[in-house]
Parts: sequence; structure tokens; C-alpha cells
Amino acid sequence: MAGDDELRGAGPTPGTDDAVNRREFLEEVMKACGLAAPVLLGVVSSHTTPVLRSPTLHSHPFADLRFATVRVPPGTAQERQAEAYDAGAHLYAMGIDVSKCIGCARCVEACKAENDVPREADCFNTWVERYVIRTDGTVEVDSPEGGLAGFSPVEERGIRRTFFVPKLCNHCENPPCVQVCPVGATFTTRDGVVLVDEDYCIGCRYCIQACPYGARWFHPEKRVAAKCTFCYHRVVQGLVPACVEVCPTGARVFGEVERPTPLARFVRMNEVQVLKPHLNTKPKVYYASLDGEVR
Amino acid sequence: MPQQVTRLIVLFAAGVVAILAARRYLVPPTFGEIGHYRAAAVDSIVARKKKYAGHQECALCHDRIAETRLSGHHRGVACEVCHGPAAAHVATPLDVKPTAPRERGLCPLCHAYNPSRPTGFPQIDSVAHNPLIPCIGCHDPHQPEPPIVPEECSACHGQISRQKAVSRHVRLPCTTCHATPEEHKTLPRRARPEKPTERAFCGACHAEDAPSPSSIPRIDLQTHGEQYLCWDCHYPHYPEAR
Repeated sequence: MAGDDELRGAGPTPGTDDAVNRREFLEEVMKACGLAAPVLLGVVSSHTTPVLRSPTLHSHPFADLRFATVRVPPGTAQERQAEAYDAGAHLYAMGIDVSKCIGCARCVEACKAENDVPREADCFNTWVERYVIRTDGTVEVDSPEGGLAGFSPVEERGIRRTFFVPKLCNHCENPPCVQVCPVGATFTTRDGVVLVDEDYCIGCRYCIQACPYGARWFHPEKRVAAKCTFCYHRVVQGLVPACVEVCPTGARVFGEVERPTPLARFVRMNEVQVLKPHLNTKPKVYYASLDGEVR
Repeated sequence: MPQQVTRLIVLFAAGVVAILAARRYLVPPTFGEIGHYRAAAVDSIVARKKKYAGHQECALCHDRIAETRLSGHHRGVACEVCHGPAAAHVATPLDVKPTAPRERGLCPLCHAYNPSRPTGFPQIDSVAHNPLIPCIGCHDPHQPEPPIVPEECSACHGQISRQKAVSRHVRLPCTTCHATPEEHKTLPRRARPEKPTERAFCGACHAEDAPSPSSIPRIDLQTHGEQYLCWDCHYPHYPEAR
């Protein structure tokens, strides 16, 4: 460019102290950044330790069986509790056999008691839906008070299929709720459980909007998002979640797919499905005998 | 170094310091230790108190009941399904007692008839099934048995027996018309009771020449009702003809 040549010609030679050209200026800046980079990176890395779990492990429940060879904890809960809990060695999931659910809603009751869930409308970590599919193809779904209020009689003529479906947070491997949280108040633990940090949640409700399963609710007193924790406080002690503990027919099964737990048997002996698989959320709640009408 | 470069370096340094200071102030402690969240949040969730102790804990003291339960149909029903959360009872057994429900309301939560329940799950019509009698009067909840052999037909055929109770046939036992094999009580579908098949059966009491009390209404079997069977017109459990 003519202007550049004129400037260069008219001004002092490059490299002198009182003037720099564009190239040299950029070089200086890059050097300065280069000096600053280790400092900055050091600060950042002190905050974010790399995640220990390999990402491929999450890709498919049966894809990577390396963790099958990891130390298996001894049988009783007491013994397991004695050792330090290693979240990285677990990946929890739940199985639900729809054909065994009797719609008694004991799981809903137990969850409310165990997790101090307010007994108000829309405050449910888990709930039971009744599906009634008529011979004309219409589908009726109801869940009065999550199933706690009991299921009122329906017209029995003209029923093609009818069953109960327990629902809860699917603890997705790709959780949309975690992705949208603006402050990092909801997260996936290393053992695969999606939790909410009550002390850090700002109550913006983005996650409630984002969840395709309607599993999150807004705590009316704490003013934060709330959800199923897989009873994380019980699970780390080697116990099963309260809903699994009280399910009288064994419709709910808890454990790990990749280790010798009841759930491993469940996914081996049943043809399991997940809810809304097309959303690629990769749920970790596996349903057996699931009807195609269930959404 | 040229003056403007010095100024820029100072400016950049001030910016970096400001960002670091803001980070230090705004990012909560333990954030990012494990992932993009507060590591302390996991600890506070882990520290929550459990309310359900688990059936293994119950069995440590109530071993005989636990053994009974494991031998019966309720072997998969944990103690706290009926008795409620019992972690407090495990902690202080004498101060806190779990509930022991005895009223009729609890069992129908699972066992009341509902068409959506899986086929074969034991269900009853809680209105008609031995009304007002507590469930535990007949069934041991720790080892429930399928109903003991019923003593009366009304145990199962309640609707028919209640209808018959207000009819003229009230004094007739069911076996007058239904010869019933004993196995019907235990295998109701495999061993079925008999049913009358011809007009002469009713005629044994209602024919003009039948050897029965004179107060019983009579008909001429040859002409009355033509080709129809008696129960085509008269419901035997509630015969409406006077």
C-alpha cells in the first residue's frame, strides 16, 4: 500500500525505541501473552483438575467393561462404608419393570419422606402414571398427586391395554439440565448421578424448562430447583434408594450395569428401553416391558 | 520501550489482575475441584440424614419376624413399606416406635382391584370383601396366605348370595341346585359346580304333582313357558314370580 510505504519511508527505521510498526507491535503483544499464559493456565488448572473418568466409558452402558474388573466391594453395607467411598469406581443406574408395577405409590410416599419433599402439587422426585389405551386408540394418562391420591376407577369396557409407569429423573449421561445451568449449580457426579447444589442455585428455572422428562420441580420454600438424587446419601452408604427399598413387587431395581449388581441381571434378562431415546440424552433409567405409547 | 506500549502493558496487566481478583472473589471455594461445580455440594448432599433404615437393619433385632416374612408371599415387601420410615427407631429403639397399621385402609393400597394392575396380582373388591373386618383378622401380614378354604359360597360369590338373601329362595342352600365338588374351594376354575340343565329340575319343586309344601307356587310343566328353560325367564337367585 502506498500509505504504508510513505510512512515507512518518512518515519524512523523499524526496531528503534521511539516507534514500532504494526508487525513488531503484534510480536510484542504475543510475547507478553506468552509470558502471561503459564500464569493464567496455572491459575485455571488449579481450579479444574482433569476429570478422571474416561469419556468413552459413558458412551454405552455395555461398551467398556474395564470397570467390571475394578475392586468389587464386599457384601455388607457396613463393610463398604468402612472404606473410603470412591465415586470414580461406580456408575449408578436404575431398572423399572413396568409389568410388575401395581401403582401403589409406596415409592412416591417413601421418596417424600426420605427427601423431605413438600407435599404440594408438582413437587415430585418420582411419580406413578397410569396409562389406559382404548380400543379406539386414544391414550389416557393420569397421575393424581403423583399416584398418592389413588387411581380412581375407569370405564373398563373398551380398554386395549392399561398399566402403571413409575417415572423419575433419568440421570441422563447427556443431561440437558446440566448444560443449561448458567452458574454450574447442577452437575453430574463421577458416579453418574445428576445433583443440584442447593446453596449455589439461583432459582432461574432454566433446568426445569430444559428437562424433557419433567423430572425437575421448583422448591417452594428453598426457592431452588429440586430433583431426584437417586438418594445419593443412601447410595454412598451402600444402601438402595428409598423408592427401591419399599417397592413391594420388585418393580424397581437399583445398581450398576457394569458390575455384578441386581441391575446387571436386570439388563441382561430383560429387553430394556429408555424414555425418549431420540433426544440422545442417554438416560440411565432402563425400562422393561415398556409400551410404545409411553412418552 | 515506546510510551504507548508501556501504557498498553500496564493496561493489560491491570486487566489480568482484575480478572484474577474477580475470579478469586466470585468463584466459590471448592468450585472446579472435581468438575464444573462445587465439590462441597456433594459432601452436603451425602451428609443428609436417611429416614429409611433398610430391611437388613430391621432383621438384626426382629429376626424371627424377618424369617417369617422371607418364607411367605411378602418376602419381597420390605418392613418399612407398611411400618413407615424406621431409621429413627434404629437409632433410638425405645424412644421412637414405628407405626403398626391395623386398619383396613392400608392393604387395599396394593390389593384393591384395579384393572391397570398386572394380571394375576392378588386383588379384592375392598367394599365387598368381608366388609368392616380388619385384614389382619384373617391374613397374617408377615406371611399372607391365599384365602383359607372358604367356608361359605358367599366368600367368593358375594353378589349372588346377597341377592339370594332377599329372595324367596333364601332358605335354599346353594348346593340344592349346584352340586359342588370339594376341590372347587381350592381349584375354583378346574373343578366347577354343576348347574341345572333341564326344566324337570325346577319341576321337582314347582310341578303340579311335586312332593313339596303346598305354599310353593305350581305350574304345569307341559304348557308353562313353552320351549324355554325356566331360567330363561326367572332368575333362580331372585325368582320374581309371586
